[in-house]
Amino acid sequence: MQQLVDQLLQEGYFQGLPKDAIYAGSMILAAFVVLSFFVAPLAGITSWLERRVWARIQSRVGPNRVGPQGILQWLADGIKNLLKEDIIPAAADKWLFAFAPYVVFVGFLATFVVIPFGSQLIVADLNIGIFYLLAVTSLVVVGILMAGWASNNKWSLLGGMRSAAQIVSYEIPAGLAVLTVIFVAGTMSMQGIIKAQGWAPWDWLLFYNPFTFVAFFLYFTAALAEGNRTPFDIPEAESELVAGYVTEYSGMRFLFFFFAEWGNLYVIGAIATTLFLGGWQVPPVTDNPVLLGILQFVVFFLKAYLWVFVAMWVRGTLPRVRVDQLMSLCWKYMVPLSFICLLGTAAWMVVFPKGNRVASIGMFLIGLVILGLFFKRVNFQIRHARPELYFKPYI
Amino acid sequence: MTALVKYVINIVETVTTIFEGMAITFSHFMRRPMTIQYPDRIEKPVQETLPLRYRGILEVDMDICTGCLACERVCPITCITIGIEMNKETKQRTFTHFDIDICKCMYCGLCAEVCPTGSIRHSQEFEGACYNPAGLVRHFVTEPVPLYKPKKGGETDPGLATKVEIGQKYLDEFATPEEKVGGAGAEEG
Repeated sequence: MQQLVDQLLQEGYFQGLPKDAIYAGSMILAAFVVLSFFVAPLAGITSWLERRVWARIQSRVGPNRVGPQGILQWLADGIKNLLKEDIIPAAADKWLFAFAPYVVFVGFLATFVVIPFGSQLIVADLNIGIFYLLAVTSLVVVGILMAGWASNNKWSLLGGMRSAAQIVSYEIPAGLAVLTVIFVAGTMSMQGIIKAQGWAPWDWLLFYNPFTFVAFFLYFTAALAEGNRTPFDIPEAESELVAGYVTEYSGMRFLFFFFAEWGNLYVIGAIATTLFLGGWQVPPVTDNPVLLGILQFVVFFLKAYLWVFVAMWVRGTLPRVRVDQLMSLCWKYMVPLSFICLLGTAAWMVVFPKGNRVASIGMFLIGLVILGLFFKRVNFQIRHARPELYFKPYI
Repeated sequence: MTALVKYVINIVETVTTIFEGMAITFSHFMRRPMTIQYPDRIEKPVQETLPLRYRGILEVDMDICTGCLACERVCPITCITIGIEMNKETKQRTFTHFDIDICKCMYCGLCAEVCPTGSIRHSQEFEGACYNPAGLVRHFVTEPVPLYKPKKGGETDPGLATKVEIGQKYLDEFATPEEKVGGAGAEEG
């Protein structure tokens, strides 16, 4: 990005303007483009897709009226929310109340800076990329706490406090799981981590050794908890807390929280893809840089979106956990397990400094066997229930 | 030691139950949704798919109504009002009005059971939405209609005969318990 602006400056564009203003302007322009042409449609379509996926799991249809198969539902919802009255409760802390959605939103949007969509397609390849990611996603807690506190409502406050406790707790297993990857890759840069992997599944860090395999699932679970997703959505548990920290919000401010939630889903998938699933690595099929860039983007996007789909699917499967269960799951099970993964990976690296290809291929085969077992169970369920099968995604 | 075993069992159970649950929900992706997309995206109108004994909005076939007032008397909430007038010269009795207030009707079906000819009956229609409660009062008589007199030895007019037949069929199927369909008349008679 900076290189591009520098090049334009050298070629004599924007003369007579201070250099810093041009940099700032180009940054704002880049943020605007990313926000309006990628993040907003992505979060919106994710919200629609989630409702469709969820509906199919529950033998329903889901939104299918606005546009073809309801794909424009998110636009209709967005416009409706824009037109709604922006209510600020009389007893609320007005400034914090108005400000909280933006903090949450910034915390989520700032992650897009380091997400590597392709070998060239990244806003900034920071050398502390993943560390930066863990740091900015924590900003969401601040926003949620602000929202909970400023609403001056017991449900909001309880939701905010729960969310803070949950996110702070789950940072630890998530951080430790990420650390196993950093051990193997030897770098915190997002591009560096991807370059430490290959395009083939057995070159992915997921199958590097049994410990990273477990670490991946620990990371995904912890990330779901950090993103306030079911089964860890106790901050907005509607059966207990009305809507948690968003109880008092309405209109666009309300939407911002959910915008961040659905966008965050993609960020979770993207991070999991980067860390464990080989990122944008593609087989060497073409030398054309443009074609290669597109291919890399598509591969990365599909891998990341697969995990978005899994998160939706988990949401349709598992019931919400209790607060004490949530904490015991984190502190009694996930933290020790992630420590074991960390130490195991460290020991593995001492024993096999160059990695062990046989073990990687073995892990890959075990992964295939697990997938096979899974489809066997799915087949059993279908044979058992003898339902009317319907494979079309539309109805 | 037992605590450690319990700990490991907990982990194994968590993983296997989630695995199984995910398999069940995944199998639901491949099933057809149960939703009937009323009112527009359905193969045929819902009215046609309803069962025979469905208690929809009441309708009256004025051509075979004898004016016995049995329905008006049996109605628990008097939602049926019937007016009958006798022409002094011709001794001809005619309906002046026959109104059913669908607003009040509770779809108990008593009127349809007592009707001797089966002229008042539940239709399969259920869409009664309107902007004014007055619109829900069904007027079955617009101009004075003579009462129907059952003839001994069956109906001769072919148009009326089919209507009588429909009414009788409805009575047999609606006003009798399901297992005795068709045999009720003989039993009571």
